[in-house]
Amino acid sequence: MSALLQVQNVTKRFGGLTANHDISFDVQDNEILSVIGPNGAGKSTLFKMISSFLPTTSGQVLFKGGRISNRKPHIAARKGVVRTFQETTIFKSMTVRESVIVAQHLRAKASLAGYFWGTRAARADVERFGRYADELIEFLGMNAIAGEQASNLPQGNLRALGVAIGLATDPKVLLLDEPFAGMNHDETMRMVDLVRKVRDDRSVTVLLVEHDMPAVMNISDRIVVLNFGEKIAEGTPSEIQNNEKVIEAYLGSVDDEIGM
Amino acid sequence: MMKLSASRWGGLVLFLFALFIVVPALIAASGRIDFYFTLTSVAILSIASAGVWLTFYIGRINIGQGAFALIGAYVSAILVTKAGMSFWLSLPLAGLFAAFVAVLIGLPILRLRGVYFAMITLVLTQVVTLTALALPITNGAKGITSIPLPGELSIFGLTLIPDFASLENTRLAFYYTACLLMVLTFAAMYRLVNSRLGHLCRSMQQNEELASSIGVNIAYIRIIIFAISSFLGGVGGAMFGSIAQSVYPSSFQVADSVNFMLNCFLGGLGYVFGPMLGTLVLYFGWDLLFELGRFQLLVYSSLLILMMLLLPNGLLSLRLPGKQGAGK
Repeated sequence: MSALLQVQNVTKRFGGLTANHDISFDVQDNEILSVIGPNGAGKSTLFKMISSFLPTTSGQVLFKGGRISNRKPHIAARKGVVRTFQETTIFKSMTVRESVIVAQHLRAKASLAGYFWGTRAARADVERFGRYADELIEFLGMNAIAGEQASNLPQGNLRALGVAIGLATDPKVLLLDEPFAGMNHDETMRMVDLVRKVRDDRSVTVLLVEHDMPAVMNISDRIVVLNFGEKIAEGTPSEIQNNEKVIEAYLGSVDDEIGM
Repeated sequence: MMKLSASRWGGLVLFLFALFIVVPALIAASGRIDFYFTLTSVAILSIASAGVWLTFYIGRINIGQGAFALIGAYVSAILVTKAGMSFWLSLPLAGLFAAFVAVLIGLPILRLRGVYFAMITLVLTQVVTLTALALPITNGAKGITSIPLPGELSIFGLTLIPDFASLENTRLAFYYTACLLMVLTFAAMYRLVNSRLGHLCRSMQQNEELASSIGVNIAYIRIIIFAISSFLGGVGGAMFGSIAQSVYPSSFQVADSVNFMLNCFLGGLGYVFGPMLGTLVLYFGWDLLFELGRFQLLVYSSLLILMMLLLPNGLLSLRLPGKQGAGK
């Protein structure tokens, strides 16, 4: 069986600058795969192309064999590939529960007109959304802040809210954009547990872009390393830690940080 | 179908009672027949303003409602005078045509955000005015005059609306028609805002990127909302043309488009019924200051600026201080 998500020879050029050059890798069903690399390595660009927020210059991204790149973000989301954002991208004046309810948009059975007229299907949806929102909030341990307006939440909770919004769409693949950035050790560990729990209990495949080395080594099944827009290595955390090219290009100067 | 609390139902009944019974009774008692025209205008303008409010709800500043009102007025006038169609049929058609134009225009321009979208819409009114001057069917600067009053509307021989020309008090008939349309518009708006479409609009207003990441087809929703907005503009314009019994290229100008937007600001962008109150206050505010003569505009503008400074969330935020305070 082919991989769940296939990144095939993806290249992105902005004018004369090549942000990503001929990158290929597969994401297997139910794994946690991290994309790492120094600043400017092209991680974010790759991330945006996978979620169709940016078109590729050449190459494509397949999900279950169907192309999801060079389309629109909502099409990728509809197929089951959903990205999260860093903490500033939230629905500021909605509460946590409202955000999670809105994010279940894709699970709606009734049409928009059906909602306007209040058909039976629409009422059933509304009830289902409410119930699922409560369940999801409980699952993520956010009960205490369910009624809180998003703009009042501290950073750590915002990240969790981002994950909650992403999960509410019922994704097959969740793309996490630097989920540990700016977090202290405890917060990071809580987030690592949360991401694991999402994968284990909800069978969601996770692809994440991250800087935080200890967290990445801890959480990932496999790691893809980018440098100057090219893939220089791929493998399990221990393989990456011992990869000559990676150490030379990226980890060499910071090996204190990864605890080697 | 609609789940409203008891107090809201009470408010609604009170409002309808005031609108359809108290106001006409007061006008009859005081003999100020001219108030019919003023209040009818307010009702119609608030319908068009409701459309503008809806575009605000998806985070777009719309200063082009005058264009769609003018389109609606012309479509209705042409259908009634040249095709001999009943006004009551031309009214929804005027709205639909305005919505159709909005889809064509909206496809390219709704990608723009903030001030860029506002600038383009500002131009629209002028474009439609110039088009009306140039086209033969709109009769240029002479406009379309002597539009007959709305005729009888009957279904299977049952008269729903009598022929306006046969009525003694056409002002009252127009007042009732306009109020009924306004009530329908705002009931639909309330319903829309509290349905899933409304929630999606709110999500887009707050963050379009995040909205599209959760699978919202933002381009599609934007077009739908802009079309509904322009439908309301078209209906409002058609209604206005019918009351004035004439349409000119200058019937709706850039200043009117700006006023539609101001109505929304003044009433409150966070409240569905904001545009209704905003239109009433803005319209009457201008008239009340008439005594000031040449200082009218100065005082009026100063008051507006003051109000926006002191009540940035609109007049309706006064009514709900507790609710507003809780969020802060």
